[in-house]
Amino acid sequence: MADTSPPTPEPPAAATAQIGVDSWVSEEDQRREGRKWLGRTWERLPPAGKLALLTPAIAVPFLPLSEANIYNYGLFILIYALLALGLNVVVGFAGLLDLGYVAFFGFGAYIYAFLSGTHHEKGHVYTHHWAAQWSILTAVVMCAVIGLFLGSSSRRLLGDYLAIVTLFFGQAFVVFTNSADPYGITNGSNGLGNIDPLRFFAFGASFTVSSTRGYYWFLFGCVIVVLIVLHLLSESRTGRAWKASREDPLAAEMMGMPVNRLKIMAFSFGAAIAGLAGSVFAAAQTGAFPQNFGTQVLILIYAVVILGGTGSLTGMLAGATAIIVSFQVLDSTSPPNNARTLFYLSLVVGVVVIFKKSRAQMAVAVASTVALGFALHAIVHEVWPRGTSGQVTSGGYLTGAIKHWVLLPTNPNRLAVYGYLALIVLVITIVQLKGWWRVAVVPPTIVLTAFVWENLLIQQPAVTRYVLFGVLLIALMATRPQGLFGTAKVEIA
Amino acid sequence: MLKLDGVDTYYGPIHILQKLELEVGSGELVCLLGGNASGKSTTLKTVLGIVKPRSGSVEFDGEDVTGRPTSYRIGKGMAIVPENRRLFAPMSVRENLEMGAYLHGGGTKEDWDRVYTLFPLLHERRAQLAGTLSGGEQQMVAMGRALMSRPKLLLMDEPSMGLAPILVEKNFEIIQQVHESGVAILVVEQNANVSLAIADRGYVLQTGRVVLSGPAAELLRHEDLRKAYLGR
Repeated sequence: MADTSPPTPEPPAAATAQIGVDSWVSEEDQRREGRKWLGRTWERLPPAGKLALLTPAIAVPFLPLSEANIYNYGLFILIYALLALGLNVVVGFAGLLDLGYVAFFGFGAYIYAFLSGTHHEKGHVYTHHWAAQWSILTAVVMCAVIGLFLGSSSRRLLGDYLAIVTLFFGQAFVVFTNSADPYGITNGSNGLGNIDPLRFFAFGASFTVSSTRGYYWFLFGCVIVVLIVLHLLSESRTGRAWKASREDPLAAEMMGMPVNRLKIMAFSFGAAIAGLAGSVFAAAQTGAFPQNFGTQVLILIYAVVILGGTGSLTGMLAGATAIIVSFQVLDSTSPPNNARTLFYLSLVVGVVVIFKKSRAQMAVAVASTVALGFALHAIVHEVWPRGTSGQVTSGGYLTGAIKHWVLLPTNPNRLAVYGYLALIVLVITIVQLKGWWRVAVVPPTIVLTAFVWENLLIQQPAVTRYVLFGVLLIALMATRPQGLFGTAKVEIA
Repeated sequence: MLKLDGVDTYYGPIHILQKLELEVGSGELVCLLGGNASGKSTTLKTVLGIVKPRSGSVEFDGEDVTGRPTSYRIGKGMAIVPENRRLFAPMSVRENLEMGAYLHGGGTKEDWDRVYTLFPLLHERRAQLAGTLSGGEQQMVAMGRALMSRPKLLLMDEPSMGLAPILVEKNFEIIQQVHESGVAILVVEQNANVSLAIADRGYVLQTGRVVLSGPAAELLRHEDLRKAYLGR
């Protein structure tokens, strides 16, 4: 018996008990190996490889898209990607909660607008037609300097206090541009319009960017440059010092790092990137207006950073794409059918996420959802014909299915509002339920969601988008608190 | 090397250190003993400049550094192994060590060799996140991080806290090894037995005052100290 048994292999060094060696820790690599290969491959991909994933973005200007779509989607995604990359330095790298960030975006836009156009306001005439490279540079440098001042004034203020001070700064900017302007520099609530496109002069030659596709290319170049700079920075000693002083300022101080100076530097760096985004935005929009730089924009930038995962550069691009696409699709001026597609797509994703642990439960839930919709429709059609005699809003390729699956009363207003309230209750209930109880509640919820959507929300998609962002961020917090591309926090043992 | 002269430190209205006199000679291993709330940690914070004394002076390497910021003192040759180690948890072992040499441009090859020779395990674990290490390993990272800055004076705040007895002993062996390489060390400890065994001299603090000081061997024999700390 003993002869036939295979020789026992030498135990690996890490597996034997050793002083100062923790076996759980030493097996960490093997455990990691077992995790999903997609995430591992992504982590191992060299930075250049990750950059190559941007290649689809190169194709965008060549696609048969309308100018308006390139502007609303392409340009906005790139501008928010830039803004998020800048905010990521402040919030992600240095860990400072800056709620006045959007003001730097505004400063950049106004400085560019002021230096690149003729403005008649309140009896003053300002005529500057600077070459674009100088007005952009001025905007970037001035934003960095303003960031430096704001940063140094609040260097003793940490956490919540810093958030309040910067929030005040952001609000003050909006008030300043709107009203407190005796010399007509910002032209109050009318803003600065009619400004020059990006016109570069150098060595006697001039080069003008004025088409939407031209701006797309220019912004794309800016994003690539900022990405490379930030990548090098985050891999540098300064980048790691930011991380260290974010994790433990006192320990960082005790290692001799100038923690305050590092923080102010991050603050100023983020402000400069926002200034760059602002100046190109003003040129592309041929104007700078106070309402472009309100709290709503700040919330969007934060949504991008949180969704993408604070601290991750790739995450900022992914976050900007997801947030801006859903934001623009759910705009009142966008065709309702795009919004509808997005809505049903997110319902499908939601169902997949809820039942990702059990395929059987998912199959039952989907089947009974479909059946419930048709059954309900058939019954209501017999009992109360007016309950199904409404029209599908704005038609489209889903009309046939919706007409026979969703209840469309002739006069849906009050019913839809009650349905909306009931929906909130159901959603909260689902969160509390587990297993087959959940399977039982999901189908009526989905049917009700479709009912509320088709009868009420589709007419005001702009309201729905904030509901959607709220749900999206809550779902993210529950399933992936570190964001799409963020790294999970390691607590010190 | 280090000289505290009549140092008075306050936290708001509370008088913590009272006319504290303390000295660490070049290449000397001095241990600072005391119970809870005796001012041990505050002494270290005053030495580092994280807390500023209201009166008195801190002299380091022949220069009065009382008004100088922490980064200046670190640059001049102080280094600390903080209480509870305070590693940068989501950063790798390598990055933690590099942060120790922040003021020296991230450390020369010699610095890395020195630390990795002293702690071969850290070289093995260099890519691992510091927060996932065990307590003993974290203590090594904290030591290595402090040594990366080529210190002339190493300050240690309760190095044996939260370690198993066998690791405490190993830890003090390493401290002695570092000491033998010519670094002056000031150890703050509650564990009087182990620390006095390797120290040259010792101080005993009580409510911010030095109540006892002298060569380590003498302190070990001292009746009061034995009663208060050794329990026999």
